[in-house]
Amino acid sequence: MAEPPGFLTTTINSIANWARYQSSWGATFGLACCAIEMMHTGAAHNDLARFGMEVFRASPRQADLMIVAGRVSQKMAPVLRQVYDQMPEPKWVISMGACASTGGMFNNYALVQGVDQVVPVDVYVPGCPPGPQSLMHAILTLHEGIKSGEFVHV
Amino acid sequence: MSEDTSTQDTTTEETSGETAPASESERRRLQEIWAAGTEEPAWVTAATAEGAQLMLPRDQASPVEVAEEGGTLVNDDRLYELEAAEEETTILNMGPQHPSTHGVLRLQLELEGEIVRRVKPVIGYLHTGMEKTGETLTFLQGPTNVTRMDYLAPFHNELCFSLATEALLGIDLPPRALAIRVLMTELNRVSSHLTWVATQGMDLGAVSMMIYGIRERELLLAFFEKTTGLRMNHNYIRPGGVAADLPDGWQEDVAEIVEAIPKGLDDYHDLLTHNPIFLGRTEGVGVITAQECFAYGITGPPLRAAGVDWDLRKTQPYSGIEHYDFEVPLGQHGDVYNRYLVRMEEMRQSLRIAAQVAESMPDGDYRSEDLKVTPPPRKRIDESMEALIHHFKIFTEGFKVPAGEHYQAIEGPRGELGHYVVSVGDAKPWRLHCRTPSFAAIQALPTLMADQLIADSVAIIASIDPVLGDVDR
Repeated sequence: MAEPPGFLTTTINSIANWARYQSSWGATFGLACCAIEMMHTGAAHNDLARFGMEVFRASPRQADLMIVAGRVSQKMAPVLRQVYDQMPEPKWVISMGACASTGGMFNNYALVQGVDQVVPVDVYVPGCPPGPQSLMHAILTLHEGIKSGEFVHV
Repeated sequence: MSEDTSTQDTTTEETSGETAPASESERRRLQEIWAAGTEEPAWVTAATAEGAQLMLPRDQASPVEVAEEGGTLVNDDRLYELEAAEEETTILNMGPQHPSTHGVLRLQLELEGEIVRRVKPVIGYLHTGMEKTGETLTFLQGPTNVTRMDYLAPFHNELCFSLATEALLGIDLPPRALAIRVLMTELNRVSSHLTWVATQGMDLGAVSMMIYGIRERELLLAFFEKTTGLRMNHNYIRPGGVAADLPDGWQEDVAEIVEAIPKGLDDYHDLLTHNPIFLGRTEGVGVITAQECFAYGITGPPLRAAGVDWDLRKTQPYSGIEHYDFEVPLGQHGDVYNRYLVRMEEMRQSLRIAAQVAESMPDGDYRSEDLKVTPPPRKRIDESMEALIHHFKIFTEGFKVPAGEHYQAIEGPRGELGHYVVSVGDAKPWRLHCRTPSFAAIQALPTLMADQLIADSVAIIASIDPVLGDVDR
């Protein structure tokens, strides 16, 4: 039977994911050098607003995406986990930079060797620090993943 | 300040341990702690040598702690008695995840109404163990490590470490290397201050400053990327010179920077300098006197804003900066507004130095001719086996530095940046210690913030321009 004109059929999941990927709001979790590049990504020159991403929320309760920008020390790890726990589901994590992803060049007593020991990570961004273009690529990758449902774990 | 990120902390230091709660009231107390989410695990407080990191209520804190947190240790000009009763004060936790503490600074504030009475900064949330890591890297690798300390002033860190190493080695550099170093560090001072003006504006509600400051900074970062390959953390200034010569067309780039950024600074002056809201938020706020600066070891723009003519570029010149003509701007009152004016003028002076360097850039080599320190040129490696071996040895073993110790201080964007390097004749430093300006500035926060409104606290934090990578390192 032919569908009547003027209707669009879809599934709840795909329309929900369509809405989710277009409004993934970041929690500011700037830690070190990468935070400066994250600020630059959001500012006028690189203009993250093109992807509906310019809203960085100071409160984790209003955020869907945590961009871990910088090195995570042993002392900071519990704080990071607490902020992650305060974010509402569904939520995503981008590990920005070598330090957040693996500990980077600091293989010592002070740093957590990769933030994936503390929170589940969806996208890793290489670089020290990654430039704004790298971060944007990571965000667009995340958007693709959310849209396709690959990164939606609810 | 949003309520979600700053949770109130009224619990005492007493920890319950890991045993099951004994009674219903104890269970309820634990539930409250859990809901507030603030109490540290018992092992954290037990393991800290400095004792508890929480701010204690007045009846439990020692008089020294109260004086320290009230900012009255140095100068007794405003000893005061709490007007409200003890129960009417609130201890508020701010950070470490807070947008306006410039990184992961954590502050505990005792509030009497809206007035801040005591401040306790808690640091260490970005401790990276860099001084220890520095002992495992050769002198040539050292700048990769120190450049990540103060990530807004990477060139200054590299320069300081390189100067200390060169002093131990006893080598002289060709004039072009010195001039390139001056050019890059002074442009770095501008880029650092631009980040400061962006965040200072944003913290006071002038959000457009964030856009403007970073717009101008992109120009500088593009030039840094062209020269060094990276926008930040360059590892460009190394012991024995710089990593590479300036790129083709650098004169045009510097000329563009020197022309474009003062126009931006004029815009900022139009927007901020006589803006009544900005004046109201900054004039007379966060005053620190010269005497207090000396006591806390504060250097750089906050010291100069207090009227002290002390700039290491003038008093202990390094890297040939004494050959260039520039002025040291001074303030009078030592408040947030004076610090703003001093930094704005410093940017112009740094651009003036950059223009002079670009005009008088000497020809010649950009690295030392000491073959013990400088790797052979890339072309020679293709032609000569010895050059290949030489290159390999310098980058694997490194070069040995004579035994000795040296403290080198330079004028970073935040004040005196010093590296103390001890060598025992090895290819790696035996000890690396860094004297960082933000660390000294953070400990003066009680003096700056006590008896001020809580709304002014963000303005004060921004005005001393702390970089937590510089504090914790």
